Order: sequence, then structure tokens, then C-alpha cells
Amino acid sequence: MSVPNAAASPRAKERTELLRQMVRIRRFEERCVELYSAAEIRGFMHLYIGEEAIAAGVLQALDPGDAVVSTYREHGHALARGVPMDAVLAEMYGRTSGCSRGRGGSMHLFDASRRFYGGNAIVGGGLPIATGLALADKMRHRPTVTACLFGDGAVAEGEFHECLNLAALWRLPVLFCCENNMYAMGTALARSHAATDLALRASSYGIPSWPVDAMDALAVADAANRAVESIRGGSGPCFLELRTYRFRAHSMYDPERYRAAAEVEHWKELDPIPRLIARLRAEDGFTDDDVAAIEAEAESEIAAAITAAEAGPLEPVEDLTRFVYSEQR
Amino acid sequence: MKTTYREACREALRDALTRDDRVFLMGEDVGAYGGCFAVSLGLLEEFGPERVRDTPLSESAFVGAGIGAALGGLRPVVEIMTVNFSLLALDQILNNAATLLHMSGGQLNVPLVIRMTTGAGRQLAAQHSHSLEGWYAHIPGLRILAPATLEDARGMLWTALQDPDPVLLFEHGTLYGMSGELDDDAGPVDIDRAAVRRPGTDVTVVAYGGTLGTALDAADDLAGTGIDAEVIDLRTLRPLDMPTVLGSVARTHRLVVVDEGWRSGSLSAEIAARVAEEALYELDAPIERVCTAEVPIPYAKHLEEAALPRRDDVVAAARRAVG
Repeated sequence: MSVPNAAASPRAKERTELLRQMVRIRRFEERCVELYSAAEIRGFMHLYIGEEAIAAGVLQALDPGDAVVSTYREHGHALARGVPMDAVLAEMYGRTSGCSRGRGGSMHLFDASRRFYGGNAIVGGGLPIATGLALADKMRHRPTVTACLFGDGAVAEGEFHECLNLAALWRLPVLFCCENNMYAMGTALARSHAATDLALRASSYGIPSWPVDAMDALAVADAANRAVESIRGGSGPCFLELRTYRFRAHSMYDPERYRAAAEVEHWKELDPIPRLIARLRAEDGFTDDDVAAIEAEAESEIAAAITAAEAGPLEPVEDLTRFVYSEQR
Repeated sequence: MKTTYREACREALRDALTRDDRVFLMGEDVGAYGGCFAVSLGLLEEFGPERVRDTPLSESAFVGAGIGAALGGLRPVVEIMTVNFSLLALDQILNNAATLLHMSGGQLNVPLVIRMTTGAGRQLAAQHSHSLEGWYAHIPGLRILAPATLEDARGMLWTALQDPDPVLLFEHGTLYGMSGELDDDAGPVDIDRAAVRRPGTDVTVVAYGGTLGTALDAADDLAGTGIDAEVIDLRTLRPLDMPTVLGSVARTHRLVVVDEGWRSGSLSAEIAARVAEEALYELDAPIERVCTAEVPIPYAKHLEEAALPRRDDVVAAARRAVG
């Protein structure tokens, strides 16, 4: 990649990387919509468009040894974590070259080598797993953080409260990242929660909690860096309420009757990608060529992923019952 | 040495905690209280609160945390007080523990052991008395064990902890006080095969866990009337060791299945169906099943007894089969 001006300072490099991640996630998902319409991708598919600042900002704060637990809206998390785009797309194509060998699909991306633990389609289901991963790290005295990403819908589940209590009680190194896009499927937060200040609710467990403008990638990165530093210092869990918005429907099947077009348009004006580009232009000497280079890189990565996915073999049907139990006991 | 089922379970836990520093025990009242059935009594003092970990009453969180800890390289032994409470953690057990290996294309093993009590017989009424291990035996990805003897209570945990997949151990609540002789050097046991606990020639009686004693008692009664019953202890409810059952049916040509679960959709239904599928022409009589009455388990002693598979019910079923 060549981004000559922006490569000038370490700060500019980091910001450019945030933009690069957001653009590749955005362009990847836009292409996924086309591939879904063309019936290359099937099943439920939940898009992250509008929320990319969270994936880019939170995951840059982690080391390779840290763990990530995600939800069914996780394409962006997987890509930002370094799961190869080839493997992600091949999974959505149901190929054996997919990151879950075609058994998971869009909602269940896994990559053990990158400590990426899914891809959980039960709302709130990943919270106990993240708590346990953090428990293991603490008991083994590893300086590791587990980031747990989940939506605002999960806050209504009992597991949210059980796990925040447990993580706070045992001072576990877990970063709870609530992606508050204000809708649990089609139900607005205010129509399903008696108290809508989620950071406040998390703080009632004694967990340091911050609301973050998650349409601003720099604000997300800054909050995540602070939280991870605090957790590595032994403070126990932190909670980020990442206030965001999804520009697309809940899933490809959603007719989106529950919110006004004007509301969506308002949030699109806060799009984190142009917003970061503007900052980079104003403060880091970023140019049109720099943007074009990032766009071109994303396009070529996606084109290569599509070619690879189409060429990927299908898992043999004879292997249907593999991986129900371990092959080595 | 003379010991009890409870002490055998405790020795198994102590041994696991001693042998492997990745093993830890987690659950409600396992520490300061001494274990809700006194199984873990003394282990907190011996191994400390880090490894004998009292949890809040949050079944889903601590079972799920066991899954995460297993993914993180530990060997958690999670205790759920009764199978009824395990339903609060069913999402974690089914959607994650049993599923992650397959859904990740073979990447994520979950070497987790969950222990829980099951069964009735202590007048604890419906919400503490059900036998739902057959439901868990429905789920691919889980291994389901039911120790019915001192040897299995002592040895199954050991073997389960060697297994890279999630293993659920169902201890019948009425067995904890059972006493008997156990070898001083009792060790790991086979968890792949059912056992013939009493050889016989006239009728096969299949049982497991809490019903094994009932079946053996019934076999004693039958012997007094000249019927020689063979009693099979399933030991592992998933995967089922059908060759042992089919081998026995091939010798006796008659089958009685004793199951403390409800008859409809039960483990006994599965065993009966498989024998019908694979050995119908070996049978000289219809398959008999002795199950729990299709009611939530009642409190009153006489009603609870009437609901459960009884010695006399097994005797009567075997006599019908022998004809």
C-alpha cells in the first residue's frame, strides 16, 4: 500500500489504518449484498454498515494473544481481527476453504489461530464464554484481555447481568463492548428497556463504564486503548457503550418498518468513514490520492476473495458428521 | 476399602485437582458450604478458593464461563446442583458446548466436564426430582455418563477429563449414601462400553444410574422364581453402546428397559427402537419398558413411590416377557 503523505507520522499511520479497516469492511459488505442478491450467499446475513468504527477502533487496541468473542453481526470484527477475507467469504459461500469449513456461514465465523471465538447467533450467548476466557487468562496469570462484542439487545438478557456480576466479582480481564445501535432487531431501545443509559447500568456492577460516540473512529480507538490499558493493569473488567447506528436493515429479510427514513438519513450524515477522512485531510495532510489508494486496495482484496471463494471446493458430504466429536481422544 | 458413592465422587475430584493444575471446580456452594450434597466437603481448605470456586446463582453464566475457560486451556469441572437447574444453562450447553466444535469446522474443542445430580426418591417434589439425562443424551456433541457404582463414581471423572469434548456426568441423588468396597488403587474406567452387572440367560434388563439397583434387586427376586435375568448397566447414555445390549438380547431373546425418565420420547424409547431395528427377529416377546409415570414428580412419599420405576414393576415386566 502506498499512502505517502499520511505515512508521515506514527499518529497518521494509526489513523490511516483505522480508515483502511473501515473501508475494506464497508466495501466488502456492499459486495456481499450483491452476492446475496445473486444467491451466492444464503441464510441470514446481518450487515455492519455504519458501525465500522467499532471494529476498527476496538480491535486495534488488542494484541495478537488477546481473545475476541463476537455475535452474528461479525463480518467487520473478523476482518479487523485479521481473519483473511478469502476465508470469511468462502465461509459465506459454504466452501471447505471457509473459516468454519462451511458449517457456520455468515453468523458463525471462527478462527482459533487468531483467538477469534465467533460468531454467536444467540443474543448474549457470547458473554459467558468471554467471561470464561478471561477467567482462564487470569488463573494462568497471562497478561491477556478478552474483548466481548455484543449488541444493545443483549442487555435485556439475563446472561448480561449474570456475566457482568461475575466478571466484576472476580475482577476478570474482559472488555465488554456494547454496540448500541439503538435497535434490538426491530425493537427500539426505549421500547424495550426501562432504563436506556447502558453505561450507567453497567457501572452499577462497579465496572468502569464509558459512553462513546462510535460514529467517530478516533473516539472509539481512544476509549478502547484506555480501557485495555486499565484492564491490563489489573483493574478488572471495563464496559464501553459504543453509540452507533446501522444504516442497513437488521438482516437481509427485514422490511424495516420500525424506523423512519429521515432518522436513517440523519445518521448517515454522521458516517464514520467520511468523518475520519475529513480529520485526516485537515490534520494529517491526507489527499484524494491517499483515499483512492485505500479504496483500490480494498477493491482488489475483495475481487481476489470472490475469485477464491468461487473456486473453493465444497466440503465432501461424506464428512458431514465430522467434528461432532473430536477425532483424537 | 469401605467407602461411599459420595466419598468416591470426592476422591475423584481431589485426585483430579491434585493431578492436573488446569483442573478447577466451580459451582453453587461447592466451597464454603462444603458442596450442596457434601461431595466437595474439605476441598476448599485443601485447594483454596481459586480452584474450588463458589459461584453466584447464575447457571448460564458459570456454565458458559466453564466453556470459555475450557477454550482458554483449563479443564473446568462445573457442578450444577440438580438437572432441573441445568435448564437455566441449557442454551450454553446445547448452543455452545455441544456445537462449537462442529460449527467452527473442528477448530474449537470444549474439554468441559459438568456434574449434576438427577432423579427422584427424596421427596423433593417436581422442581428438584426430574430425570432429564435422556434429553441431554439427545444432543450430538455431548458425552453423557451415569455412574451407578462406586467404581464408576471414582473413575468416570478421570476418564471424562481426558476427553477433548464436553462430558456431562449425572449422579443420581439417592446414590450418594450407597456404601461398599472399593479397591484402594481404583482408577479411570472405560466410558465407551456398557457393563453386564449380572449375567443371566432368560431376560435382558437394561438399566443405568439410579435404576441399576432397582434392576439388580428385581433380578434377585426373579432368581427366586427360577428366572435368570441378565442386568446391563448402560453407564454411557450417549453414545450408546448398542453392541453390548444387542449381544445380550441375542442370548436371552427378551428385553426389559428400566428408565427413570418419562416414557414418551425417552431413552428407553431409543433403546427399544434400536433393538427393534437391529434385532427384531432375536426377540421372543414384545419389548417391555418400566418408566416413570407421566407426571411431574409429586412430594408425598406414597405418590412419589408410585410414580417411579419400582422393583415389583421390573419383576412383573420380566415375567410378562418370559411368559
